[in-house]
Amino acid sequence: AMTAHSFALPLVLFSAFWGLVGIAGPWFVPKGPNRGVIITMLVTTAVCCYLFWLIAILAQANPLFGPQLKNETIWYVRFLWE
Amino acid sequence: FLQQELRAAGRVPGPCPESPRAPVAREALRVQEQSEQLAQELREVTRNRASLRGRLRHLRQHLHVLREGERFTSLPAPLGSQLRPRVLSEREPILDPSVHQHLERKINFVAGVIHPWRVTAFERLLWRACRGYLVASFVEMPEPMEDLATGESITWVIFLISYWGEQIGQKIRKISDCFHCQVYPYPESEASRTDTITRLHGQIQELSVTLEETEKYLAEVLDKVAQALPTWRVQVQKMKAVYLVLNQCSFDVTKKCLIAEVWCPVQDLTQVQDALRQGSYQSGSSVECFVQRVPTLESPPTLIRTNKFTAGFQSIVDAYGVASYQEVNPAPYAIITFPFIFAIMFGDVGHGLLMFLFALWMVLYEDSPRLRQGTNEIWLTFFEGRYLILLMGAFSVYTGFIYNECFSKATAIFPSAWSVATMANHSSWSSAYLATHPSLTLDPNVTGVFRGPYPFGIDPIWSLATNHLNFLNSFKMKMSVVLGIVHMGFGVVLGVFNHVHFRQRHRLVLEFLPEMIFLLALFGYLVFLIFYKWIKFSAADSLVAPSILIHFIDMFLFTSNAENLPLYPGQVPVQTVLVVLALASVPVLLLGTPLYQWCRQRGLTATAVPVQPLARGEQEPLLEGQEAGNSVNATMEDVESGGHSPDAKHLDFAETFMHQAIHTIEYCLGCVSNTASYLRLWALSLAHAQLSEVLWTMVMRNGFVGLSYVGGVVLVPVFAAFAVLTVAILLVMEGLSAFLHALRLHWVEFQNKFYVGAGYKLCPFAFAPDTWE
Repeated sequence: AMTAHSFALPLVLFSAFWGLVGIAGPWFVPKGPNRGVIITMLVTTAVCCYLFWLIAILAQANPLFGPQLKNETIWYVRFLWE
Repeated sequence: FLQQELRAAGRVPGPCPESPRAPVAREALRVQEQSEQLAQELREVTRNRASLRGRLRHLRQHLHVLREGERFTSLPAPLGSQLRPRVLSEREPILDPSVHQHLERKINFVAGVIHPWRVTAFERLLWRACRGYLVASFVEMPEPMEDLATGESITWVIFLISYWGEQIGQKIRKISDCFHCQVYPYPESEASRTDTITRLHGQIQELSVTLEETEKYLAEVLDKVAQALPTWRVQVQKMKAVYLVLNQCSFDVTKKCLIAEVWCPVQDLTQVQDALRQGSYQSGSSVECFVQRVPTLESPPTLIRTNKFTAGFQSIVDAYGVASYQEVNPAPYAIITFPFIFAIMFGDVGHGLLMFLFALWMVLYEDSPRLRQGTNEIWLTFFEGRYLILLMGAFSVYTGFIYNECFSKATAIFPSAWSVATMANHSSWSSAYLATHPSLTLDPNVTGVFRGPYPFGIDPIWSLATNHLNFLNSFKMKMSVVLGIVHMGFGVVLGVFNHVHFRQRHRLVLEFLPEMIFLLALFGYLVFLIFYKWIKFSAADSLVAPSILIHFIDMFLFTSNAENLPLYPGQVPVQTVLVVLALASVPVLLLGTPLYQWCRQRGLTATAVPVQPLARGEQEPLLEGQEAGNSVNATMEDVESGGHSPDAKHLDFAETFMHQAIHTIEYCLGCVSNTASYLRLWALSLAHAQLSEVLWTMVMRNGFVGLSYVGGVVLVPVFAAFAVLTVAILLVMEGLSAFLHALRLHWVEFQNKFYVGAGYKLCPFAFAPDTWE
């Protein structure tokens, strides 16, 4: 497609999202015997998922080489996707 | 005995619906009496039944014998025509004249039944013994009957022997006795025979009626037993359990009461007192039972309270080793990190979704008795881990989206970042050009070809590329290393909780700090290099992009490679500093704690302060470990120091030093090897991706090749094969494999940074009927 992907926008969005889950979320957990466990789960999830996503996007931010495609693929992607 | 009889009668004693109270001693006697009574009744009834059946059988045999025998004797002469020609053919001429001669002599008969296998031997013996002065005929019984001895139904053979003379008669009787035949009287005249037959009929009928009644009575007795038996069983088992526990108590000095030493959680102390009070009241004794706290030197057991959700995760931590008393429990973190690590190796949206749905079904129906009472062990294992599988499936869906793999196919949620058209226009790839070049590469250096990173996950264009793995391998390897170092760093940090809790702050400086420095200076720096290269180096300098691996190796060897450009200016001095720092932290780790403890001990003895057992007065035991960091808190006075009092023990410097040396070596070498060990995350995810791709291209895609209606029909078995193989290979086999490796990573690489796991579990008395057989 012709659209360019910005790098900043997803970064901000996802950081905000996982920040909400991991930092703001714990304040809203209702009091009860499981409060500690739930908070731990929220923070751990946020850290793990955010880190994983971050690695994926950073690895593609500055590619050192591009994809090698078969001529058939080039032919139909060229006309189908764009 | 009662249970066996019940089972033999084909009734299964049902489970006891309510749990009866543990009975008092006198009740036990009553139970015993009743059960004995019922047993006796049952025995009598069965015996009666057996004898009745025996008699019935005899009568019926007799009847048959008479009937069959009639066939022979009511027929006119010659007897030879019915008989087996083999037996009599040679004898005929002899007999005939003798029959006529001795016609006035009485013909006697012996009739009976014989086992079919013994017929030929019997015949032969008769023939040899009586030398032809008899006529024997054998015929099979029309219906099979039960053999008294073995209980199987055999078709008996009826025989009728007619003979002359007394001696022959005796011989025949002896022979038939030898062969265990049942001999019946055979009346001479026809009239008496018919009489006997009618009489027998009458007797048989009466007997059958009696037998029916007996059977009915037997059924009633069995019913009674079936009703009462489960309750009794449970009561007896409860008494057994109670006595077993009582046996573990000891007598006090006056031999009048029992003393039991128990471990009890501080929280539950009031509950225990209440229960004791209630118990004494209900049993009507005059003296109350009471509980008293007693100091002890033993190390208490560990109790970690879990609910149905956390129990699964706690059990996988406990499988490695139960947490030592009051050390930090890795389970709450494992609730998320374990499924996450699993998902890294299993990442596929489709497979993850299937796993999630399977676990969801188990969770939603977890109260259904059909699911809970399964007897298959493998099913029970899956059922116990249903929450675990639920989370594993959920995280696998997430990582599947990031890897952009759904049953090995990529989805283009966002448009791809790589523009083929721009590249084609730039390099003028006409159709003719394409025809002559089977594969071409997109060059990110050309403006417009690469349009920014794909916002969520791996770009879908990579799944169409032939050099897919080149990119993916680099990505996954770096990902594994980064995540591994983060995981291990987290493990070291958890050790801080232990140091703080056990008041060993010196270990914070002398162990945690060197450990962290070692880890971060070397491997934290590696993570930094990875991220730096990702950010700073792009396609413009792709030809000269430095290799992190070579830099890393050079860092250790203090060499440099001219062809490998530095990543940033000043790299070499920075690396030198870091390596020196890391190497310096090793002797601190090695000698710090032992030296500190030695100095302290020397200081203590020098000032001649008597070593007190740590003001044990308030710290009274009868307690238990609570999980650190969870919502339940125990106040400081309630905590049993239980063995954690290093000052009270005589310090053996050599032993401590050796222990610390081992720890240091393990840690440092472990850092290197464990980092490499995390590469299995890359390896397994690669294997999973390749397997699912193979399954798709080799199996499912063939179903789409045929475009006709026949192709549509062929698609059905192809999909069936695809589905079966997906579940069997990818879900079950790969799932188990990823589970195992995730478990190993947790148990070894993560937990050896902080976990001791040398405790033992609290086993409170719990009564489950079937376990006390």
